[in-house]
Amino acid sequence: MDGFKDWALSLGVFLPLVGAAVMMVVPRAEEQLHKLIALVTSLATMAVGVYLLVDFDYGESGLQFTVNHGWIDVINARYEIGIDGISLPLLVLSMFIVVLTIIYSWNHFPEPHNPKAFLILILILETGMNGTFVAQDLILFFVFFEVVLLPMYFMIGVWGGEQRLYAAIKFFLFTLFGSALMILSFLALYFKGGQSFSIPELIQVAQANIDETTALWIFAGLFMGFAIKVPMFPFHTWLPDAHTQAPTQGSVILAAILLKLGTYGFVRIAIPILPEAAKDWAPWIGLLAVIGIIYGALGCLAQTDMKRLIAFSSVAHMGFVMLGIATLTDFGINAAIFGMVAHGLITGMLFFIAGSVKDRFHTLDMARFGGLLLQAPRMGWVLGFCAMASLGLPGLAGFWGEFPAILSAYSPADGLPVETFRTYMVVAAVGTVLAAGYLLWMLQRVAFGTVKDEWKDHDIPDMRWPEYVAWTPMLILIVVLGILPNLLFGIMDESVKATVAVFGG
Amino acid sequence: MLINQFLLLGAVLFCIGVYGVLARRNGVLVLMSIELILNSVNINLIAFGHLWGSESAVNAQVFALFIIAVAAAEVGVGLAIILLIYRNRTSVAFDEVDMMKG
Amino acid sequence: MLENAFVIPAITFVSFWLILFFGKRLPKGGSEIGVFAVGATLVLSLFAGYQWVDRDKTLAVEHGTEEVHAEDETEHATAPAGGTVPSLDGEPIVLIAEDGHDAEKIREPVRKEWSWFKVGGHDIKVGTHIDGFAVLMLITVAIISFLVHVFSTNYLHDDRRYTHYFAALSLFTTGMYVLVTASSTLGALFGWELMGLCSFMLIGHWWEEQPNSDAALKAFFTTRTGDIGLLVGISILFFAADRTFDIAAINEAALHGDIGRTALVAAAAALLCAVIGKSAQFPLHTWLPDAMAGPTPVSALIHAATMVVAGVYLLGRLYGVFWEGFDIGAGGFNVVALVGAVTLIIAAALAFVQHDIKKVLAYSTVSQLGYMVMALGVGAWTAAIFHLFTHAMFKGLLFLASGSVSHAVHSFDMKKDMGGLRKHMPITHATFMVGSLALAGVFPLAGFWSKDEILLGARLNGYEAFMVVGLVGAFMTAAYMARCVWLTFYGEYRGHGHPHESPLAITGPLVTLAVLSVGVGFLNSPLTDMWLGGLIDNETVLTAGIAHHDFSVPDALVSTAVVLLALGLGYLLFFRDRLPKGVTERSKPALAGYTFLVNKYYLDHLWTGVVVGSIKGPIARGAYWLNQNVIDGVVNAAGIASRRSGEWVYKWIDQGAIDGTVNGLGLGASETGGSLRQVIQTGRVQWYGSILFGAVALLALALVIFV
Repeated sequence: MDGFKDWALSLGVFLPLVGAAVMMVVPRAEEQLHKLIALVTSLATMAVGVYLLVDFDYGESGLQFTVNHGWIDVINARYEIGIDGISLPLLVLSMFIVVLTIIYSWNHFPEPHNPKAFLILILILETGMNGTFVAQDLILFFVFFEVVLLPMYFMIGVWGGEQRLYAAIKFFLFTLFGSALMILSFLALYFKGGQSFSIPELIQVAQANIDETTALWIFAGLFMGFAIKVPMFPFHTWLPDAHTQAPTQGSVILAAILLKLGTYGFVRIAIPILPEAAKDWAPWIGLLAVIGIIYGALGCLAQTDMKRLIAFSSVAHMGFVMLGIATLTDFGINAAIFGMVAHGLITGMLFFIAGSVKDRFHTLDMARFGGLLLQAPRMGWVLGFCAMASLGLPGLAGFWGEFPAILSAYSPADGLPVETFRTYMVVAAVGTVLAAGYLLWMLQRVAFGTVKDEWKDHDIPDMRWPEYVAWTPMLILIVVLGILPNLLFGIMDESVKATVAVFGG
Repeated sequence: MLINQFLLLGAVLFCIGVYGVLARRNGVLVLMSIELILNSVNINLIAFGHLWGSESAVNAQVFALFIIAVAAAEVGVGLAIILLIYRNRTSVAFDEVDMMKG
Repeated sequence: MLENAFVIPAITFVSFWLILFFGKRLPKGGSEIGVFAVGATLVLSLFAGYQWVDRDKTLAVEHGTEEVHAEDETEHATAPAGGTVPSLDGEPIVLIAEDGHDAEKIREPVRKEWSWFKVGGHDIKVGTHIDGFAVLMLITVAIISFLVHVFSTNYLHDDRRYTHYFAALSLFTTGMYVLVTASSTLGALFGWELMGLCSFMLIGHWWEEQPNSDAALKAFFTTRTGDIGLLVGISILFFAADRTFDIAAINEAALHGDIGRTALVAAAAALLCAVIGKSAQFPLHTWLPDAMAGPTPVSALIHAATMVVAGVYLLGRLYGVFWEGFDIGAGGFNVVALVGAVTLIIAAALAFVQHDIKKVLAYSTVSQLGYMVMALGVGAWTAAIFHLFTHAMFKGLLFLASGSVSHAVHSFDMKKDMGGLRKHMPITHATFMVGSLALAGVFPLAGFWSKDEILLGARLNGYEAFMVVGLVGAFMTAAYMARCVWLTFYGEYRGHGHPHESPLAITGPLVTLAVLSVGVGFLNSPLTDMWLGGLIDNETVLTAGIAHHDFSVPDALVSTAVVLLALGLGYLLFFRDRLPKGVTERSKPALAGYTFLVNKYYLDHLWTGVVVGSIKGPIARGAYWLNQNVIDGVVNAAGIASRRSGEWVYKWIDQGAIDGTVNGLGLGASETGGSLRQVIQTGRVQWYGSILFGAVALLALALVIFV
């Protein structure tokens, strides 16, 4: 199996691309075949993920399954990949979500239908996402980071809602703008930091080679690139539009995985390579994070559209993640990664539900809803469950992203302003109440009460089989991770400790 | 062996090709002319390759093969375009196709 | 059982899932699973209680490393063997007790812990910490929960969501068990929030009606607001006690001065917020009366006997933190006692103007919770816990009895639909009377003993003012209960139909609770030599040097006199109908006071209208407006600006430059630039090709000539 060990990661990354290639030659009319190929491909990819989980050495903090080949020798860019405890959960999450998205798609293809193109885009997207999580070379990272962009652009632009073009272009331009600054910073790292694009190498040498002012500027560039993707206040405005207009599957992937590319970038690239600059920036990142928490929650409270509300809640939740990262402590970053996974599952679920609601009612205007629990009780219960998970109820996954982040803000890494972070802690704790507010109000408006006259005569079917199959694993994971957080903490703790070792944490 | 004949042949073919591309109205003939240009280049490549390379060097041949492959693809795409133009306008006369006018 | 106490919450947790998935298919809709599971936990809890009583005293605790500022009289009069002596210069003194031992022996808590998860190399543990306090709570919860389960099988017999109801009850019971057995603050937080969730589900049990779901949301938000304090407090204590969630370790660190003063005060204040939210203390008490929208057995279980005392439990459990943080030992005054006292009085006053029997009981609960918090604030730890225990019995009884009444008359309105029920419902009447007298604190019922200990503790610990408040509270309690009993059971029946006594499943729990309401008071009375107090003593309390007070007859006489006075007055006013008629019409201040009370001090207006309304309305809308118009405006403006500048560049630079170049090259007259473009840009591919070719040819020529 030694040979396979070398190939496993590449297989996990490029298998979806192979599947997409196969689908391209299959005629468009063969819809069942397309669905089958996409499903089999994603399941095979997931199998690779399971293999990685099984074969991963959990006691080890460094990179595993590494491959390092020459790629573009002229600029010293290499095909260098590998995973550690930080990327493994996200990689597996990405594989997992794609499988469920494809299952969910079975009879939920948005207009204008065309499963072939839709599924091909999802598979290409998967390659981009998986690639980003395994890349250990800045150029490779950048390429995968950008690969994600186009399929998503088309997904929103073709299968989206009424204002899809505006949303798609906004999404594209925003992210591209961030990417431009990001690649500039990558280049600066290359030229100033040691003529290398390799992340592990840069972590060793960059800090010593780059003087403080330059490091601050480079970090600023990286920050812009990642913060837009997260998205952090005030770069978040593309998110509600993109989410609202995107098809359900697009929203789910966007919320569950794409947003994590940004936070992952911070943990993988920005902070380890430039720890001193990270320290200087941390209070400001923390400030934006807590503003995001409160602001996202307030934005939610003002919404009448269910999907837009969930989209704004992402801003608030990613605020918790960023607050955890900004503390630069083991607790904080563990919480952040847990928060990423939990948010992926929970908000992904919420978007799934919103999609199914839209499928049945053809609207997401909450003022017109009521009594979902009467018409489609199972869906109503799942919505209630996810709302509870999303507001961070202990015993469900969301809690472990929120509480440790708040906890860690009490005692940030050495050298950070303690009082400031303690203020952040209190503000973030207030955010949990607002979260309860908007989620429960949503639940009340959608699920409680009696059925409005408008829908009395409509036949609203309860959950159907693709929904059962796609949702059950997520719901189970939300509970299991909530009760046994060590399943995740156990994977990442060693790597996180290694990451924050420079901060004396 | 003299290289001149080959170069001359190439030049003649090239000129015929250019003339065809610029002057013929029929799209199919324009495509054929492009083929001529490409093949003239091929001849030149092989000739120079033979002149300067050793017996075993195949660089030039590889290039030529590449060009042939690309030419084939290009003809495919070109014919498809011409077919579409024909469907839309029931004509393949290039001087009537002025949609690129600014 | 003490070792394996985790089994108790595990049973009800499994029961929850079983009811959820299989309940509907069972003949009794899942209630049999719930009743059986809770019954099993009751047996196990009682067994645990037996084991605890049977346990040897092995743990030696040194008394009073506490600085003592209390008055001499206090100590001499009351300190039992091994108490503390005052020291005028404030030096901590470890005392040698009179019988020659320097430490008292107590039963050692039973701990069992598992590694839960590791973060940053810190092993975070989960486990159970069982001592007398925990066992007492377990038994209390199990008794009430079991009786409520039995009661509900009949009370909610035809309910639309019978199965879900029992599932939620099981989950709730699990939450409460988890809270009381948890060894760490984190575990306690789990139980705490789990109960919040179940409270939400059960208050909103009939969510079809808007007021019910509103009440459920209100309860959840209000307690959640308090939970800000819990999250912050746990965080502070985690770091302050050197990275541990362990409650025992935190208490120890707090009492031994290992935690900095600022952190300790901040943590205590934060945790007090959580207590205020969960235990419905002023000013966050407003959710509890609204929570009566849930089914009555739920009110009995959650909003009287168990969940609302979670705050008191937390206060008692982390007493080391509060003791040091608020300097409770110093006497005189502190915030905890103040909060309790204010709550006690204002809630009791509100109970006078209610028409809804459940609302009376709800305000009474708030008021009694104030009693407990005040007791903890004045350092009467044992008395507070004891009152928690007795209160669970008689308040559970009162709520269930009110349920029985409403079962008969299909209403909760005392003024419109009740009265004279004494003849129709003898058992309910008798049990309600027992509960009322116990609540009022009449000798020798349960409430008497516990209330009396609180008052005594307040006086002897140097909190005389709070003792007076407590007496006033006792007076008010007796009076409003007299009103309630009169309106419900005496006078003429004002409702419709023919009320009749409830069936056994309802009266059974009532009688059981009535017996307990009479009996449990003796457990910690001089008759049993303060047996219960000795059982629940723990290390924290002893280390803090909290004094145990012997029963004092004069104090008991005073409080009994006050209660009897109130009852007599109530009898005169209500039963003999001497209530002055039309006071509110004649006297302006009386009317103003009445209106003020009916509007619940306008606190609801403040919270729901001003705070929540403004956050939900203007503030949220403002933030969103900011988002759409300012932040997004900048983005859109940037987009528009770049397009404009693009157009500008195209128009002036690109077009101008091309024209200029064309003109400058002299290839055509400047005025005919446009027509020249027409000549060059024909749109024909071949024309472009020709230009290209021509240009290349020219360049080639130039190359040949010049190079």
